[in-house]
Amino acid sequence: MRVALDARDLACERDDRWLFEALELQVRDGDMLRIEGANGSGKTTLLKILTGQLSPQAGKLEWHGEPLRRVKDTFLRSLLFIGHAPGVAAALNGQQNLAWSAAVAGVEAPSRAIDQALAGVGLAGFEDVPAAQLSAGQQRRIALARLALIPRPLWILDEPFTAIDKDGVGWLEQRLVDHADRGGAVIMTTHHTFQANDRVNSVLLGAAG
Amino acid sequence: MTRGALNQSRTDAVGAPSATVGLVGACAAQVRRELAVARRRGGEWLNPLIFLALVTMLFPLGISPQPDLLATIAPGLLWVAALLAMLLSLDALFRSDHADGSLEQMMLAPQPLAALCLAKVAVHWLLTGVPLALFAPLLGVMLSLPTAGSLTLIASLLLGSATLSLIGAIGAALTVGLPRGGVLLSLLILPLYIPVLIFGAGAVQAAVQGGFAGPALALLGAMLALALVGAPFAIAGALRISIHG
Repeated sequence: MRVALDARDLACERDDRWLFEALELQVRDGDMLRIEGANGSGKTTLLKILTGQLSPQAGKLEWHGEPLRRVKDTFLRSLLFIGHAPGVAAALNGQQNLAWSAAVAGVEAPSRAIDQALAGVGLAGFEDVPAAQLSAGQQRRIALARLALIPRPLWILDEPFTAIDKDGVGWLEQRLVDHADRGGAVIMTTHHTFQANDRVNSVLLGAAG
Repeated sequence: MTRGALNQSRTDAVGAPSATVGLVGACAAQVRRELAVARRRGGEWLNPLIFLALVTMLFPLGISPQPDLLATIAPGLLWVAALLAMLLSLDALFRSDHADGSLEQMMLAPQPLAALCLAKVAVHWLLTGVPLALFAPLLGVMLSLPTAGSLTLIASLLLGSATLSLIGAIGAALTVGLPRGGVLLSLLILPLYIPVLIFGAGAVQAAVQGGFAGPALALLGAMLALALVGAPFAIAGALRISIHG
C-alpha cells in the first residue's frame, strides 16, 4: 500500500466559528476524494491541514499509522500538491518553472522529459514563452504538467479545474481517474461533476454545522 | 537523505521510476531559478546602485564640498548608504514567490526549506551586495576617500553585505504576508544591522587613518559565520510562521 492517510476527529476553528468538527477521513490506494462545500466553508484550510501545513485545533492525522508530523519527510516524498496559487513564476517560462519544480521535489527531469510533459498538457510550442505572457488557463496547465513529471502516489489538488477549458477538463478528469486506477490517490476540492461520478467519494463541509 | 526514503521514491508504482535529485541539486536549481528571474526582470539589480550613487551625490551638495570634511565622513556615509540600499532591496525578496504559490511548493518540498532559502539569499547577495561593494570605491573617489581605504571598503562591504542579506531575509520572511511590510521590516532589522555598520565603517575608517583594519574585518567575518549558521533556520521558521500563522 502506498497511500494510507487517516484523519480522525479533525476540527478547525476560524474566527470563533468551527469550520468543521469531528471530521473523519480515510484515503487509500485508488481512492478519489472530493471535498465539497460552500465558499468559505474551509475546503482550502482542510487541504492545508491534510498536507501538514496547518495543524488542526483537534484531532489526529496519520500517515501509514504514524503521526504525520513524525513522518513528514516520507509523507512529503509521496505528495504532489497543487495549491490555489499554482506555484508558477510569471517571470519564467514553462521549461524553467518545471525544471525548478522537479528539482525541488527531488526528481531529476531532463529537458526532454519536461518538453514531453508540457506537450502532454497542450503547451507544445510554448516551452520558451514566459508564463506572464500566457493565459491563466495556460499557467494552470504548466502546474498540471507536474502530474506527469513528478511521480507521486498521493495528489492533493486545490480546485484543479479552475481556468481550464472544456477539452482540458475532459483530459484532466481522465488523468485523475487513470491515476486512481493505477493505485494512486487523489484528494481535491472542486465543484466539478465527474463523468464517472460514482468513482468519486465526497465529503461535504459546512453542512453539519 | 536516508536510504529508505531514496528507495521508496524509486519504487513508486504510480509513474515511472525516476532518478532522484539530492539537496545539492535542489539548491543548484533554486540558484538557477533566481538568476533566471533576475535576468528576466532586467535592470532591477541596478536600483540599489542608483540609490547609492544618488545618496553619495547629494551629501557634498547638502553639507560642504570640502575634501577634508568629505574624506572624514566618507567611510560612514558610504556604509550607511549601502546598508539602506540593501534594506530597500529586501522587501521584494519573498513577495512574488508568496503571491504565485512558489513558496508553498518550497515548503512542501522534501528538501529542507532552510537550504533552499540559503540559496535564495546567496543570489540576493550576489546581485545586490557584490555590485554595491565593487561600485562603492568609485563613489569613494567622489567623496575624496583616500585610496588607501578602497580595498578595505570592498572587503568590508563584501563581508558585511552578506550578513545584511542573511539577517534581512529573516525580516523579509516575517513580513511577507503583510500588505505593507516594508516599514515594519525596516524597524525589525535595523537594530540588528547596527553592529555590522559599526564594524564595517570602523574597518574603513581605520584603514584610511593608516591604522589596522584587520580586527574589524575579522569581527565582520565572525558575524557572517554566525549569520550563515543561524539565519537559514531562522528564515525557514519565520516563513512558516508568517504563512501559516
